[in-house]
Amino acid sequence: MADFIFWVIWALIVASAALVAFGNNLIHSVFALMGTFLGVAGIYIFLNADFLAVTQIVVYVGGILVLLVFGIMLTNQITTARISQSSVQKGLGLVVVLGVAAIILTAVLPHDWVGSTLPMAFTDTVSGIGKLLFTDYLILFEIASVLLLGALIGAATLARKEL
Amino acid sequence: MDHLNSYLVLSAILFSLGLYTVVTRRNAVAILMGVELILNAANINFVAFSKFVTHNLDGHLMSVFIIMLAAAEAAVALAIVLNLYNDRGHINVDEANALKQ
Repeated sequence: MADFIFWVIWALIVASAALVAFGNNLIHSVFALMGTFLGVAGIYIFLNADFLAVTQIVVYVGGILVLLVFGIMLTNQITTARISQSSVQKGLGLVVVLGVAAIILTAVLPHDWVGSTLPMAFTDTVSGIGKLLFTDYLILFEIASVLLLGALIGAATLARKEL
Repeated sequence: MDHLNSYLVLSAILFSLGLYTVVTRRNAVAILMGVELILNAANINFVAFSKFVTHNLDGHLMSVFIIMLAAAEAAVALAIVLNLYNDRGHINVDEANALKQ
């Protein structure tokens, strides 16, 4: 049963990401992106990452996706329900991307990763992440807070009417 | 689901679709969506290697920082996109080439 759910989520992610990449309607692409984010949250649960799954839903679906929808609403004339988008150089892009995918897969798949079939047993990750954040990763944590403050001030300044 | 390769293939597909979105779309918001796909692909890899190879939480920490960076990047990029729209009336990145002239 768990196996079946895993492959359903797998297919959901690939299908919705394909709609983001190939769809013609911008609104459809954003909603497909929500399917991708929720699917990735499901994959995190299969990977024993309970904290990351919740963070994924809160930050991506609750934050970034709403920002993207606002970006679309504020930069298009909402007179019709259909907000189309176009692509350029589809053929060349497809060739390059398929080449990159082939390089990644041929580099990664034949390699015999240590323990590739020996998963770690489930343990609660929240306390471990908290401890690491305030010991090994303390400097990164503080830099991240400064960066977030900078992004906040920068975004607010840039979005003002008179720059 | 109990093999690393199923996660690596998923991540590679997600990365490729994100890259295709970034290189072919003209709409700046659509390009941002492609960037988010790429960052999600990287996150899946970090967490998958954390579970199957290193057996510790370092990959999770890296993913937390990537999610944080993605949120900051989306906020700043959308502010820039709004300015571009106010200036030009559209957000097609292939026509935003004033610095070339």
